[in-house]
Amino acid sequence: MEGQELTEQETALYDRQIRLWGADAQRRLRKSHILVYGMTGTVAEFCKNIVLAGVHSVTLVDERVVTEESLSANFLILPDENLYHGKTLAELCCDSLKEFNPMVHVAAEKGDILTFGVEFFEKFDAVILSCCSLRKKKWINQKCRKLSKPVAFYTVECRGSCGEIFVDLQDYKYSKLKRLDETIECRIEYPSFEEAISVPWRALPRRVSKLYFAMRVIEQFEYVEGRDPGQTIIDDLPGILKLRKELCETNSLNESQIADALLERLVRDTTEYPPICAIIGGILGQEVIKAISGKGDPLKNFFLFDAMDGKGLIEDISGPSGGSGAGFD
Amino acid sequence: MASEEQLSAIKRAKVLMVGAGGIGCELLKTLALSGFQDIHIIDMDTIEVSNLNRQFLFRQCHVGQSKAKVARDAVLRFRPNISITPYHANVKESRFNVDFFKEFDVVLNGLDNLDARRHVNRLCLAADVPLVESGTTGFLGQVTVHLKGKTECYECQPKPAPKTYPVCTITSTPSKFVHCIVWAKDLLFAKLFGDKNQENDLNVRSSDTGNSSEHSEDVFECRKDEDIEQYGRRIYDHVFGHNIEVALSNEETWKNRNKPRPIYSKDVLHVKMTKENGDTEKDCATGDVSAMASLSLKNPQDIWSLAENSRVFLEALRLFFSKRGKEIGNLTFDKDDQLAVEFVTAAANIRASSFGIPLHSLFEAKGIAGNIVHAVATTNAIIAGLIVIEAIKVLKKDNNNYRMTYCLEHPSRKLLLMPVEPYEPNKSCYVCSETPLSLEVNTRHSKLRDFVEKIVKGKLGMNFPVIMKGASILYEVGEDLEDDMVAIYAANLEKALSELPSPVTSGTVLTVEDLQQEFSCSINIKHREEFDEEKEPDGMVLSGWVEAPVDKDNNKPNGNGESTSNALPTEEILEGEKDVEIQETSGGTETVAGKKRKLSEVDESRNQKKPEKLDLDDEDDELVISDDWESLTKKKRV
Repeated sequence: MEGQELTEQETALYDRQIRLWGADAQRRLRKSHILVYGMTGTVAEFCKNIVLAGVHSVTLVDERVVTEESLSANFLILPDENLYHGKTLAELCCDSLKEFNPMVHVAAEKGDILTFGVEFFEKFDAVILSCCSLRKKKWINQKCRKLSKPVAFYTVECRGSCGEIFVDLQDYKYSKLKRLDETIECRIEYPSFEEAISVPWRALPRRVSKLYFAMRVIEQFEYVEGRDPGQTIIDDLPGILKLRKELCETNSLNESQIADALLERLVRDTTEYPPICAIIGGILGQEVIKAISGKGDPLKNFFLFDAMDGKGLIEDISGPSGGSGAGFD
Repeated sequence: MASEEQLSAIKRAKVLMVGAGGIGCELLKTLALSGFQDIHIIDMDTIEVSNLNRQFLFRQCHVGQSKAKVARDAVLRFRPNISITPYHANVKESRFNVDFFKEFDVVLNGLDNLDARRHVNRLCLAADVPLVESGTTGFLGQVTVHLKGKTECYECQPKPAPKTYPVCTITSTPSKFVHCIVWAKDLLFAKLFGDKNQENDLNVRSSDTGNSSEHSEDVFECRKDEDIEQYGRRIYDHVFGHNIEVALSNEETWKNRNKPRPIYSKDVLHVKMTKENGDTEKDCATGDVSAMASLSLKNPQDIWSLAENSRVFLEALRLFFSKRGKEIGNLTFDKDDQLAVEFVTAAANIRASSFGIPLHSLFEAKGIAGNIVHAVATTNAIIAGLIVIEAIKVLKKDNNNYRMTYCLEHPSRKLLLMPVEPYEPNKSCYVCSETPLSLEVNTRHSKLRDFVEKIVKGKLGMNFPVIMKGASILYEVGEDLEDDMVAIYAANLEKALSELPSPVTSGTVLTVEDLQQEFSCSINIKHREEFDEEKEPDGMVLSGWVEAPVDKDNNKPNGNGESTSNALPTEEILEGEKDVEIQETSGGTETVAGKKRKLSEVDESRNQKKPEKLDLDDEDDELVISDDWESLTKKKRV
């Protein structure tokens, strides 16, 4: 039992999902606080999902203003310029999100996330980053890992027909029902983002999704070129192919493992594609709900989707030292 | 992703969405964001509070309004320049005919029931319009593309029948809580508040077995000299006391079973409980009356004691008579009718208590009685995304790349979203191929009416059937028939098949057509004298719509050992003989059991669910992936 009984209003509203994950999980959701950075279309989908699910609060951070691109896949921003005046993306999305569920507190936080201190991050149970540079991802991930309480950390990125989710639940313990009355305690250790992406490629199983490698090449390219995430054009392809060569050499991976065509798609189609946003935002929503409700097996630690083959894959990128899958106490 | 060619195909496309519920809301949003500009959407439902946890286009203030219309308005807020045409209507209405369907480039289903899915499937086949079918339940979901002549149609694979229980289990020997729910809902509730003229096994059985001299018709009538509480207590004592005593007198029944305990109201509730002003209160709106409220029971998740259940039983009965008197005689159980749920919960619990079955909360009882499917926004969002991906392939005529995709709860070989190649049409599908069905029936005893109700409507899902033997029409439904024909058809209905003007006997081939669905099939008639009452309650057996090979392969564990079909709760399935149906409407279901598919992982994910839910995860908003093994397993056993 967690916290107070659900109210009549909550039971009526959440009826169908309480039947799915139970009243205890719903009570834990009600106490949870979520921080979201980067209001992309995928994040808009995610926010819709967790606001509907009934978390306690969602805090949005995004200092950018509306551009045509930010409108394209984000249904939280209404196409009415009169609304935009002086408002950040976070504030605009906040206004729309509030309507989805009057029981959830939605707020927009101003300021540069890199200046936020421990006391800020400590308020949250889950932190979700999108549209974030490599440096920022690492920095915030480390910040979350140093807090006195565990915080679930996620990054999410969609480019064209592809999407990727990274999960860091640190040292995650949960229990699950194994037949009738028997519960078993499970424990999963996660590597940090930096640890995960530093795992030598040759140390990974041969059948790891090629999309994982391709995303690392693009991420590294944007980082060394000082680009914002998603800011690549087709003219960057030669540079990216060069970087692929270098990375493959250091990692003893055959270059052909990362197909030109895949890299070309990722370089060219950098805008979000709404069906992919819905899919990735849905999976991410489900993972965050799992982690904060303690219900269900969370994925470890990458989820990759490509509409070209339609596969939604889980990859465990943790190397020999980073713990391996579910352990049992 | 969005090439010029693709974008213009999207912009030109005219799409029909059927269903504006859980999947529908997500789908309409994703279509609009993806650039679709001409979307038509049909949904007959109005918005309920329990929709709001996932149907995100709707708000509290929209409760009671048309889903199709509110969804349109909500999406136009963020995409004001596209055209969305809503129809607050049933897709089975005659205006949505083949010509209507032909206007569309693709049809996208987000439906909640088998019946409508089959109807749309046939119209899409007749109009030769591609159909993208979908469904979700809990964390599970799937998307399929049906393209006439290229991939299987929705009905190429067998569909599960509604879960049913033998009458005697319900009336005399319940062993599970669900049996008590069926009894409370389909027998007791129907008897007290529903159509009095309908057949009902409730008192038939009690007088049958006990040879009671009581006039059974009178028991459930309120007598002139009693007040509502006296009446309620008399009903209580009759069904929970007297009937149990009568049942106990048949010793044979209890040889290998625990004997039930008769319960009388005076033993549970000593004092009179009715407020004296009860009778003078006026009729109120359905939603406002609650026995829980008047008894100060707050939490629907609590399990009430026998005394509390008894109080709720009497109070709910009193409230029905004092506040909703006008509806009595016409009520059918509705999961959104609070008072009905309270009454059924209480009655089921008292019965459960009598039979030593664990009691359940109102919340749980409501789920069982209403066949409520658990549902969440995330799965619907994922499925809607997958539908749009397939719909765009359809528009681009990307015929080699269609995928049937499963959304799983637990990954299988690392896959959480699992694409599978679509299957070819089933050559012996009675819907999309021209393979005849065959019917075993006693042609001398069965009437044409039985054939129409049980087979043509019940099994084949036709709405406007025409039944022909060669060129002669035996029966027809339509709006523009001549009076004399109507009279002839009405007379034919009451005739045995062999006595029809053009007799139907062994060897006859009947043609059955639905004009609206533009769907026709042949049925070979075979006379058979005897039918097993428990196993073949229809008194006729239709075959040819379930393929034997599918059954076999489905039940074979896969070579890789992932199949866990041995862990299925087979006990329930054994009771699958037809009699009392627990569902009024069968839930939409999609098959997961293709013979060539490696779908052990779907079975596996299904097995994680609680057995109690497995029986019933049907109906309401979204489809159930899973019941399929149930029907197949059942079929195999039969």
